[in-house]
Amino acid sequence: MTELSVDHLLGIKDLQKEDIELIFKTADQFKEVINRPIKKVPSLRDITIANVFFENSTRTKLSFELAEKRLSADVVNFSASSSSVSKGETLVDTINNILAMKVDMVVMRHPHPGACHLLAQKVDAKIVNAGDGAHEHPTQALLDTYSIREKLGKIKGKKVAIVGDILHSRVALSNIYALQKLGAEVTLCGPRTLIPQHAESLDVKVDLNFDRVIQNNDVLNMLRVQNERMNLDYFPSNRDYVFQYGLTQDRLNKSQNKPLIMHPGPINRGVEMSSEVADSNDAIILNQVENGVAVRMSVLYLLASKMNIV
Amino acid sequence: MNQKVLLDEKELQVVLHRLSCQLLENHLDFSNSVLIGLQPRGVFLADRLHQLITSDYQVKNLQYGTLDITFFRDDFRRNENPLKANSTQIDFLVENRNVIFIDDVLYSGRSVQAALSAIQSFGRPKAVELMVLIDRRFSRHLPIQPSYTGRQVDAISEEHVRVAWKERDGEDCVYLVKNKI
Repeated sequence: MTELSVDHLLGIKDLQKEDIELIFKTADQFKEVINRPIKKVPSLRDITIANVFFENSTRTKLSFELAEKRLSADVVNFSASSSSVSKGETLVDTINNILAMKVDMVVMRHPHPGACHLLAQKVDAKIVNAGDGAHEHPTQALLDTYSIREKLGKIKGKKVAIVGDILHSRVALSNIYALQKLGAEVTLCGPRTLIPQHAESLDVKVDLNFDRVIQNNDVLNMLRVQNERMNLDYFPSNRDYVFQYGLTQDRLNKSQNKPLIMHPGPINRGVEMSSEVADSNDAIILNQVENGVAVRMSVLYLLASKMNIV
Repeated sequence: MNQKVLLDEKELQVVLHRLSCQLLENHLDFSNSVLIGLQPRGVFLADRLHQLITSDYQVKNLQYGTLDITFFRDDFRRNENPLKANSTQIDFLVENRNVIFIDDVLYSGRSVQAALSAIQSFGRPKAVELMVLIDRRFSRHLPIQPSYTGRQVDAISEEHVRVAWKERDGEDCVYLVKNKI
């Protein structure tokens, strides 16, 4: 396969296994590029990309912007807080206004699930989903699985646990799709109240015993407790959460197993994992960030290659 | 397939030795020179020359890398077939050094142009030379000429040059193939 089967990156659900493998192979080359003394290639020099963020983001936005600039694309940034959205403009109108300025691709984060799908139907540009509500965050899942592949050599047959606030996480759903397409076995772990009711329908295991999950898995992907999305009390207290699901060095020492530790960031240090664990050699959190740029370069490059000029 | 042999195994061996000697003549101990094979097909020729220069001609510490030009090509989004990236392996800087690009066939010169851009990611070379096994004369789109040539051929655009290497194709041979029209 030399070309993606999709015209937009809206979610991992739409991708085939071969698409993911192509993205990884291309990302391997971009990882080499971003480690050169001069880290820029001219591939997207005639493409303009709008980063449209209707929700706050630090690393995803930075990572996309860096990926775009490393590919020599022209970049415009838009954030909802300083825009006409607050004056009541619709999503499609906002984007069409941006496209009228001759933008070729849109990277969008939006609080509503499916916003990117709507956009892909309504506007004439390549759309990359940078997170839509609690639905999908495809590039995060791609960089997570890419990082596992890099550290463990392969993903097929590996046991990966996603731990913590699954209910409010877009990272979780995209990761589940990506890991399953690549042949991993996925376990969800966290307070019962933060595991979605439909979890079993995704063909994943659910195990609420964190110590057993540490013992049985090759990878722990620790998710952030998203307090800002919680309108109810899903667990009694942070102290209680840490006691049951906080990843500490003591807890890891008790296990015979040494799993790879991942976190999509930002970390609530002392809640889902202790500082000692976050800064340990088993944690690949900063590798994930580095790989994020290479994977996003790969996605943008492969989507752009489907926009033939002639 | 309508094809004729441009270089058979023995002739190819002679050419490879001659090219190695020409490089030695100009670069002596290669203390300030590096070989760069252009991906994907130039790497086979570069591997052979590297082997000859280091084993038969006893040059020590010859620095050698491979350069992929995919992300620097000028036909991105203008090609029917999507471009497929290969790996770059250059674990040294080329700043102020003599760089020798090695490719199998020189045709339009566009790959070499892309390579000249790509190599700048690794520093500013003192000078860049180009070695090709086959130079297709009168077919250049750009003002680029090789510094070292294995064989020059005059071929029309309906023909293409196929270089077969033992390690990939099971034989060492260079063919001129007439494309089906």
